[in-house]
Amino acid sequence: MTSSATMPRPASFGRRLKRFMADRPLIPLIILLLILVVILQILRPGIVNERWIANTAKFAIPLAILAGCQTMTMLTGGIDLSVGTVATMSAFIMATQIVNQDPTVAFVLAMLPAVLIGLVNGIGVGVFRVHPLIMTLGTSLIGTGFLQVYQRTVIASGARIPDFLNWLGTGLTYGFPNALFLFVPVAVLIVFTLNRTGFGRLLYAVGDNERAARLSGVRYWQVITALYVISSLLAGITGLLYIGLIKAPSLSLAEPLVLPSVAAAVIGGTSIFGGRGGYTGTIIGALILTVLTTLLTILHMPEGGRRILFGFIVLFVTAAYLRIVDDR
Amino acid sequence: MTRFLRRQGWVAGLLALLIFLFVITKLIQPGYGSGDFGSLARAVLPYAFAVAAQTVVVIAGGIDLSVAAMMALTSVTAASMMNGASEEYAFFVVPFVLAMGLVLGALNGLLIVVTRVPDIVVTLATLFVLQGAALLVLDAPGGAAAEWLKATVIGTMPIPGLPDWADAWVPKALVLLVVCLFIVWIPLRRSRLGLSIYAIGSNELAAFRSGVPVARTRIVAYALSGLFGALGGLSLTISTGIGAPIPGPYLLASVAAVVLGGVALGGGKGGLLGPIIAVFVLRLVRTDLTLLAIDPNVTAIIEGAIMVAVVMFGAFITIRGRPAGATP
Amino acid sequence: MTTNHLLDATGVAKNYGAVAALRNASLSVLPGEVHALMGANGAGKSTLVKILTGAIQADAGRVLIRGEVRDVRSPAAARRAGLLPVYQEPALIPDLDVLSNLRLTGTPVEPFRAWVRELGIPNLDMRETARHIPLAVLRVLDLARALAVEPDVLLLDEMTAALPANLAEKVLEVVRRQGNSGRSVIFISHRFVEISALCDRATVLRDGATVGVVDIEPGIEEKIVEMMLGARIEKTSVAAARTASEAPVVKDSHPRLVVRNLQLGTKLHDVSFDLANGEVAGVVALEGQGQDELFAALAGSIRPAGGTIAVDGAPVKFSHPSDAIRAGIAYVPGDRTEALAMQRSVRENIALPFSAAPRKWGPIKARRERMVVSSAIGRLQIDTRAQGEVQRLSGGNQQKVTIARWIAADARTILCFDPTRGIDVGTKQEIYKLLRELAGLGKSVLFYTSELEEVQRVCDRVIVIFGGRVVDTFPVELANEPTLMRAAYGLPRGAREDVGILADVRPASDAEAAP
Repeated sequence: MTSSATMPRPASFGRRLKRFMADRPLIPLIILLLILVVILQILRPGIVNERWIANTAKFAIPLAILAGCQTMTMLTGGIDLSVGTVATMSAFIMATQIVNQDPTVAFVLAMLPAVLIGLVNGIGVGVFRVHPLIMTLGTSLIGTGFLQVYQRTVIASGARIPDFLNWLGTGLTYGFPNALFLFVPVAVLIVFTLNRTGFGRLLYAVGDNERAARLSGVRYWQVITALYVISSLLAGITGLLYIGLIKAPSLSLAEPLVLPSVAAAVIGGTSIFGGRGGYTGTIIGALILTVLTTLLTILHMPEGGRRILFGFIVLFVTAAYLRIVDDR
Repeated sequence: MTRFLRRQGWVAGLLALLIFLFVITKLIQPGYGSGDFGSLARAVLPYAFAVAAQTVVVIAGGIDLSVAAMMALTSVTAASMMNGASEEYAFFVVPFVLAMGLVLGALNGLLIVVTRVPDIVVTLATLFVLQGAALLVLDAPGGAAAEWLKATVIGTMPIPGLPDWADAWVPKALVLLVVCLFIVWIPLRRSRLGLSIYAIGSNELAAFRSGVPVARTRIVAYALSGLFGALGGLSLTISTGIGAPIPGPYLLASVAAVVLGGVALGGGKGGLLGPIIAVFVLRLVRTDLTLLAIDPNVTAIIEGAIMVAVVMFGAFITIRGRPAGATP
Repeated sequence: MTTNHLLDATGVAKNYGAVAALRNASLSVLPGEVHALMGANGAGKSTLVKILTGAIQADAGRVLIRGEVRDVRSPAAARRAGLLPVYQEPALIPDLDVLSNLRLTGTPVEPFRAWVRELGIPNLDMRETARHIPLAVLRVLDLARALAVEPDVLLLDEMTAALPANLAEKVLEVVRRQGNSGRSVIFISHRFVEISALCDRATVLRDGATVGVVDIEPGIEEKIVEMMLGARIEKTSVAAARTASEAPVVKDSHPRLVVRNLQLGTKLHDVSFDLANGEVAGVVALEGQGQDELFAALAGSIRPAGGTIAVDGAPVKFSHPSDAIRAGIAYVPGDRTEALAMQRSVRENIALPFSAAPRKWGPIKARRERMVVSSAIGRLQIDTRAQGEVQRLSGGNQQKVTIARWIAADARTILCFDPTRGIDVGTKQEIYKLLRELAGLGKSVLFYTSELEEVQRVCDRVIVIFGGRVVDTFPVELANEPTLMRAAYGLPRGAREDVGILADVRPASDAEAAP
């Protein structure tokens, strides 16, 4: 259980490795991903083919976007556990409203709860300073409640998956999943925001040293409120994508993605304490988790075992990260 | 007297609120009687233990996100052990499950102390792990509980010397709750160990300087939390007759009741009585909403909103209190 | 010879990373003695106290208690060894009542009660929560709690600092009697008056080493001041103050910053001063005299309880540092970890204030930013070989980054709080030069320093703060180190020959404080 505490390695090598891990977190991640793919190929020869890759990408993309929400919130030392509920709400509202409404109206209606939940999260965390974990857990509970009430009002009219979302969620173009049409711009936007905009810079600064940011004139609540609204919006969009992929609107549609999204961001090298990390690592983290899930399914690892594994990954990576920082 | 009010004023106010709610209940439903009170006590039981588990840790200046998962794991463990076993076997199951809670809780504390990862992250990781473990024990609600155990929460407790009408208002569940909590709490509260738990939450530096073993005390606090969590899990199994691997909304409820019960989220303040009364208040609100024939899903929303509001209020009090405490 | 010492610590050393907090400290206390421990800011007093009381472990050195080697590994072990501290911040648990606090530490109740009465608090309510007890009483209770277990060595850190006169008197009386009963007291104080009235001997620390042990006798304070300053007295008198080429201060009708009657709790009382355009004003104070609060209030970090601040003649009220920044006031904290996002790059750190306002949250104009930042980097000659992460820079370069940020942001008033703390000599020189240059460009600098020799190198004028008041203001020509040290200890200016050992501290006069 205390595996995270001790890493018996020769000091000089360990130190070098740590420095290497800290400087280039992507390379070991890519190596890990390749190893997992190789293991998969050995266990089930022939499984790794063009179709498998497209399929893996399709399932990794919603996870990767939600993990993007976690990446951005974790950079400020936060977390957003309401993404599952928000995604589910958007998906469910879209699928039910499209029956009687114009697609644009349905889209706006689907995104409205996302904005609201994000706003409440942001105000709770930024102004009232509730711990983000508690705050987002609370709003997700309320959101689920609203969804249940809403479900009754639309029970008669039924639900339909819009063709466009169908195309986006499962379609292929020249062998590439159409979801990439959504994902590539979103990923580019997130990476650009984090690296090349004032807002992105503030996310890192607030998470690294809130006091320093304050002394530089940054108002915490403004940054945090904007952040949680953006996070919620992304989660809402993910919900639309996900309903196109899963095709069965339910009240717990995206809930199983929440814990993996946290794990993906942590594996991707984003520090849960804030100030460190980036989205490219998270994308690879999401791929790793998707492949790992396939692997565990092949190995008949039950859901419980998977969760235990995710828990240990979060704890181990966080503790290891602390060691890397401490030994500087 | 004024000091009594200052110190116990919050709890007294809460008690008044509870009585007020009882009056309301009686007004809404004139037939509300001892039987309904009994079922209220049964409904409160798992919540009360969850809150007790959270309270100990919060007083010690921490937070335990794994409370609900701990309850789920201990609940399914007890349910599956007693499934098809003899009545007497339960005499072994109960202490076993309690010891399990104690050890797992201590492990939480140990991980926090050894890895120096913040409590909120460690208990988030153990939340994943315990949830996974619960799913491994039982992947769907199931199992059983010994009949004599079920009998401990059903019906009322005849107390010699009391008239029958009064006995009717003493449900066994309430007696069980009071006995279990106070067997642990009362001796602890005034002991050196109990004082140490308050001390590390109140001011860790001052506690250290007063010679309190800070790390050991923290581990003990989490172990106690695990013990209360196990009691909560057992009570779930006993009152429902089965074990459910997916935890209920006990985490947020426990935090909300802790805050509503007058225990500061920073630590060091409050007791067990306040949070327990707070649980009754929150449950009774739910009863009243149900009696008012409000859609149970709307009830969930209202309940969630109350809990989030309470937590926000608590956080707000904490930040308001901080500058006042900093400048002497 | 050491056998009759109650406490005998020799060769104590402690390093924090590359910084030596203690190099070679020693402290010997005889039975029945009240022993003063003295030293200027950063001399290592508090580190030595922490080591003796088990709060931290020494890297080297030996501690004998009653002639036996004791390895004091925790505060609990120190208690068992008969060594009890009373810290500046009370160690009573705020949320427990007095009785519970006694039980927590295993203190006998009756002796405690007796001591409390003795110390001048006749009717203490033992069930009162510590949080609701006034600070002064709390400190006395802390002392009584220590006395009640009859420790061999009692360690008092600035015991009388927060006490009103009547309680202070009682405390001093009890401390003196403690000496008569064969037990010892280590007494840390900034107040010469108390030390001379109370102590038998004094150990003086400088730069982490013990530089002397003296008997307290009339006139000794001059010698102690000299010991605390060490060889620096000669050094400064040789060192040229400032080069003549620099522009003299222009006194104009509208000073950049006008502070009047600033109040803040027990920390600041009626602080008033001006800061002119193109002036570097030094602030000199012992630790904890209110300078932290003064700078925080000017930087918008805390709101003062009373008084006014005016910038360029216009009154201002700050509720957030961004308000101060808008008024052109930048704060450079002494602790670099407070000002820097350590895992981020030099460029990001310097450019941080640019992105603060929501309308600047969009794409960064990289070319312009790089230009501004590199000109600030060039100006401060920051070594940018490790610019990817600020935490990999040396302390001096980190400090330069915190200043470069505000040069890039073109702040007109810079509040520097001990900016040269713990950095190398070369960088110090560069910072001195930079501050003078900034003043030459018409910027104003308020410069708190814990190193008195810096005053003559950098400042035009010095403001001395003691006990939350401005006690004196010097033009730089008069501000030699001994004068400053004396003023910082609240000793009156100009009357150095006549100061008797028991002379009272002159009451602070605000009239003299104005320039």
